[in-house]
Amino acid sequence: MVMFWVAILAVSILLYVLLDGFDLGIGILFGLTRDETRRRAMMSAVAPIWDGNETWLVVAGVVLWGAFPVVYATLFSAFYLPLLLMLAGLILRGVAFEYRYKTERMRWIWDAGFAGGSLVAAFIQGLTVGALVEGLPIANGQYTGGEFGWFSPFAILCGVGLCLGYALLGACWLVKKSEADLRDAAYRLIPYLSVGLLAFLVVVFAYALAENLQVMSQWLERPYLLVFPAIGVIAALVAAASVRHRRDGVPFYMVALIFVAAFGTLAISFWPYMIPFSITIEEAASPHSTLAFMFWGAGVFVFPLMLLYTAISYTVFRGKVRPTAGHY
Amino acid sequence: MDLTALLLSRLQFAFTISFHIIFPSFSIGLAAWLTVLEALHLWTGRPTYRQVFEFWLKIFGVAFGLGVVSGIVMGFQFGTNWSVHARMAGPIQGPLLLYETFVAFFLEASFFGILLFGRSRVPPWFYLFSTAMVALGTTFSAFWIMANNSWMQVPVGYVMENGAFVPVDWSKILFSPVLWVRFPHMLLASFLTGAFCVAATGAWYLLRGIFAAEAHIMLRMGLYLAAVLLLVQGFFGHLNGDYVHHYQPVKFAAIEGRWHDEQPAAEVLFAIPDPEAETNHYQIAVPVLGSLIGSMSFDSKEVGLTDFPPQDRPPVIIPFFTFRIMVGCWLVMLLVAWVGSYLIHKGRIEQSRVLLWLTFLSFPLPFIAILTGWYTAEVGRQPWVVYGVLRTADAMTPFLTARTVAISLIVYCVVYSFIFVFGTFYIYRLLRAGPGGRLVQPPAAAIPNRPMSVVDEHPMPGADRVAAGE
Repeated sequence: MVMFWVAILAVSILLYVLLDGFDLGIGILFGLTRDETRRRAMMSAVAPIWDGNETWLVVAGVVLWGAFPVVYATLFSAFYLPLLLMLAGLILRGVAFEYRYKTERMRWIWDAGFAGGSLVAAFIQGLTVGALVEGLPIANGQYTGGEFGWFSPFAILCGVGLCLGYALLGACWLVKKSEADLRDAAYRLIPYLSVGLLAFLVVVFAYALAENLQVMSQWLERPYLLVFPAIGVIAALVAAASVRHRRDGVPFYMVALIFVAAFGTLAISFWPYMIPFSITIEEAASPHSTLAFMFWGAGVFVFPLMLLYTAISYTVFRGKVRPTAGHY
Repeated sequence: MDLTALLLSRLQFAFTISFHIIFPSFSIGLAAWLTVLEALHLWTGRPTYRQVFEFWLKIFGVAFGLGVVSGIVMGFQFGTNWSVHARMAGPIQGPLLLYETFVAFFLEASFFGILLFGRSRVPPWFYLFSTAMVALGTTFSAFWIMANNSWMQVPVGYVMENGAFVPVDWSKILFSPVLWVRFPHMLLASFLTGAFCVAATGAWYLLRGIFAAEAHIMLRMGLYLAAVLLLVQGFFGHLNGDYVHHYQPVKFAAIEGRWHDEQPAAEVLFAIPDPEAETNHYQIAVPVLGSLIGSMSFDSKEVGLTDFPPQDRPPVIIPFFTFRIMVGCWLVMLLVAWVGSYLIHKGRIEQSRVLLWLTFLSFPLPFIAILTGWYTAEVGRQPWVVYGVLRTADAMTPFLTARTVAISLIVYCVVYSFIFVFGTFYIYRLLRAGPGGRLVQPPAAAIPNRPMSVVDEHPMPGADRVAAGE
């Protein structure tokens, strides 16, 4: 039962990262252009689905609270200020989808909110992961780090890294969904973003080696886990080839696969901890009566429906967004 | 323990949830109203119903969107500011919120898309079905939230193990009698909010002499419905009083402004309670009525606040006044709805500009009643967060500092004010422009999942000109 909810949590977080990842990424790229036609096309590429994407964040949140309340309580309170910024960012970018078309004069405010909000949300998510990898100051199951216990150069680095990663995912989504000018612009960005991301990974790896982070020992003990990074490398090669040959549909799935590989790598580095390296999954799990109550309704019946709905939504909106068919 | 941080955290929760509740209570009522309109349209085939439906759908889109955005914050706040409570009550409250997310959010989201963009893609009966499903989704959402809060008001079906609430009997939690009087109370309040906003809009148009056909439908249906529902609400309000009387006697005493045991008890209509002196100033009270209301008898003994140690009493002044404001709103609405319904019945509503003005101006009343009702319930529960078991002061994240919470409170205030001022202004603009124009068919590229986009898809000639003017 515990493992079932671990799996649901993992799927929810992964779906969130992949789905909201590309639309946050597009928000970041949005800030790089001033061209109104491109901006409209970028908005249209995510407008129908961003709201559903973000719902997976709520799903991950409530699964965490219901199934692993200790983790919910510890993490959310430890990351108090970062989460505040993330929520503010998500709100501002969310309303921008609607408000920017309500006004000409004030549009710059909502545009700034869209790009800035996306950037801040992505940065905070990366920062959170970085701080977790490095290990939060926790004593006797209590967070002891104070207001800025999550702050470290490494966490900041991870924040920047995820911004690059989401931007890359966003660029690949634009390649998949758009045509002509915007598609070409996105194609031109991909090499830069990829090199940036690669540089980030090298630095992270060097840092982890130099600081002898505890996650590294997981890898030395279980070298067969290297299959995940290997998948990532193969996906990166395929992505590079598909970008060279301008195969619009391919890069997004390959970059998504890189994210899956990275997610798997992280999850296994943490195992069996939920907050590395202080609270394990077993310690964090709710009592059986709670897990069973959630399992026999929400878990078995409703969760598959949620996946089905997401699939239908993406099927309805498959294909390229025509730049002329803007809905405004 | 930082007492300032505690106060600021409570303020922050109160602020964010007050802002949030405005929008769901409005959209729950509107979803039901839309279902009724669509059913009437299918049944009678009158295009006016369709016209009114399309108009309110736009308003619904904006209110729904703002409710979604402000709701996400609530889901995080239990963990950020109230982590001790989140950890202890997680095994019970976590699953209740999980069911809300899984059952309600996805039901709402999927059928909402059809509502906005599926008119030309699905058969009429399925469109009606979708409308009903959205209404059902919002109702489910309300149910799980009320289940959550009712458990905090009267915790049942649990044992304490290792400092956490462990559920032992979910049927007690889900079929708690407290939940089943509070859930209808909230649902009725939402329906009344919808009814009064609709009626007020109709009255506004009649006063301005525009959209007469649509305005009559809004006014008639809104006031008739309100006239009936207000009576039912009075009944459920009484049942809510009963649960408080039974399970939370100290809250009941605070609401009543009763400091000492009385037999038979008087009912305080108005007073200025003085917690220092443990007495009321300028009191107006009706003898014996307190016993009648509390226990349905002429000579029952009713307990006073001084039966409880001061540290277990809620801050008396807030629940005392918020309760009276809530009941006052109910009385005014009852008056407006009944007189209005009578005049409509007699066909004289258009001549009575006074009543039209009253109806128009009464649109804030259901919102005020909902907010003050919640303040009565929540402030009256203090000093407990889980009544009788976990004190609010012990529920807060222990290492939270006043500075941190001050920052977050300011950020929330600024961001919320910013987006809600614009959202409210936008709803106002839609309302002022009114229904009308041709019935636009949905565009070929349907775009569900964008709660607020409906507004742009069906531009109102008037609204656009206003937009260009800013």
